[in-house]
Amino acid sequence: MVILFPSKPSILACGAVAGPLENKSVFNSYFDSISEDERWGQKTNEQGHSKMIQEACDIVMKKADLKNLDVDYFLSGDLVNQMTPTNFAARELAISFIGLFSACATSVSSVIIASLLTELGASEYAIAGAASQHNAIERQFRYPIDYGAQKPATAQWTVTAAGYALIGKHDPKLPSIVAGTVGKVMDYGDVNPFHMGGAMAPAAYDTINSHLKKRHQKITDYDLIMTGDLGKIGLKILKAMFAQTDAKQEELQVFRDAGAEYYGEDEAFQAGASGAGCSASVYFSYIEQQLKTGRFKRVLLVATGALLSPMSFQQGESIPCTAHAIEITMG
Amino acid sequence: MVFFSFLIAFIVGGLICVVGQLIMDVGKLTPGHTLAILVVAGAVLDGLGLYEPLIDFAGAGATVPITSFGNSLTHGALAEAEKHGWVGVLTGMFEVTSSGISAAIVFGLIAALIFKPKGKAN
Repeated sequence: MVILFPSKPSILACGAVAGPLENKSVFNSYFDSISEDERWGQKTNEQGHSKMIQEACDIVMKKADLKNLDVDYFLSGDLVNQMTPTNFAARELAISFIGLFSACATSVSSVIIASLLTELGASEYAIAGAASQHNAIERQFRYPIDYGAQKPATAQWTVTAAGYALIGKHDPKLPSIVAGTVGKVMDYGDVNPFHMGGAMAPAAYDTINSHLKKRHQKITDYDLIMTGDLGKIGLKILKAMFAQTDAKQEELQVFRDAGAEYYGEDEAFQAGASGAGCSASVYFSYIEQQLKTGRFKRVLLVATGALLSPMSFQQGESIPCTAHAIEITMG
Repeated sequence: MVFFSFLIAFIVGGLICVVGQLIMDVGKLTPGHTLAILVVAGAVLDGLGLYEPLIDFAGAGATVPITSFGNSLTHGALAEAEKHGWVGVLTGMFEVTSSGISAAIVFGLIAALIFKPKGKAN
């Protein structure tokens, strides 16, 4: 389903915060702050997760010279049960809050809703984004890190990072959201939670295709189509799917993936990065800054999410996946 | 010939671990499944009278891997069954293995008290 935003809500300010290990990221110079402590001085990983979200939102408000009272909505989500890190951050922020769960696609689904609220005139300033903290998410979905379980080469590394954007009225000097596509939930029967990239690629393909079709565009109309966390293997699958259409080989260069690039070629991170904070921290730092400098004129950000729970995969259920997209132009 | 017995222990122990790695990587099973399969395999092998000869042959190569825990379960059960009949099967199972289980609990507790798990270092 493609939604057009004729008033072109703008990204007024961004804040991206990351953990100590993310200093290794190729995007590290674009982040606003890198913590030396993976728990942000808190007692537990989950409390650190919450603190990280607050810090990112504080940076956003500081950049825009706003106080918490000035912000109308806080739209965010994470991957922990019942999203307590985000809920607890919202308690401290004291901004009207709706928790959103689209797994790792929340970075974009939150911006779509923020843009809708802005378009309706219901919101002057809305903060949208997502976050993930490695240790907390590993415990949630796989094994506690203390267990030291081995991971296969297709596994991806959940990032410790948060990315938030302030969405408001159109400003011709800033990146603006012109359209969004809410993805369907796709399921090709993949049951391996250590191979999410492969499971999510068809969802990304479907969302990109629907968006291009409804907008009467080709992939060449974009300077960049960046998926969230397909990883190295998932990105290959996505490119292969587009190679079967009429897209030429050199045109496939337009596709990039935040997760595949996040940690560079470091093999310690297997197939690349993942997590709700992966796409959020790249979109709302590197991409926003590149749009502002004019390197990109039109980009399609396609955040991908695997909608599983530890219980669903233990019960042998396959992994349903989704992808949401926003089209951003400069000015 | 001491060196030779070290070599055999190394190879046999390594091969048991290769089986475990294959169960995880090729069989796509979890570490929990792998553990259970190896314990059961050790128990069955001892029931067939094959594990003791393996220990005689490979020493620590056969006693250190988790398969030896299964071996001890069967061993204890059979030994007690001879003495006390069917009830011995139940009491005997943990007779030989109780030291291993207790050690795991005690050392686990000590480690949990002293250390705090952290993520990957920079």
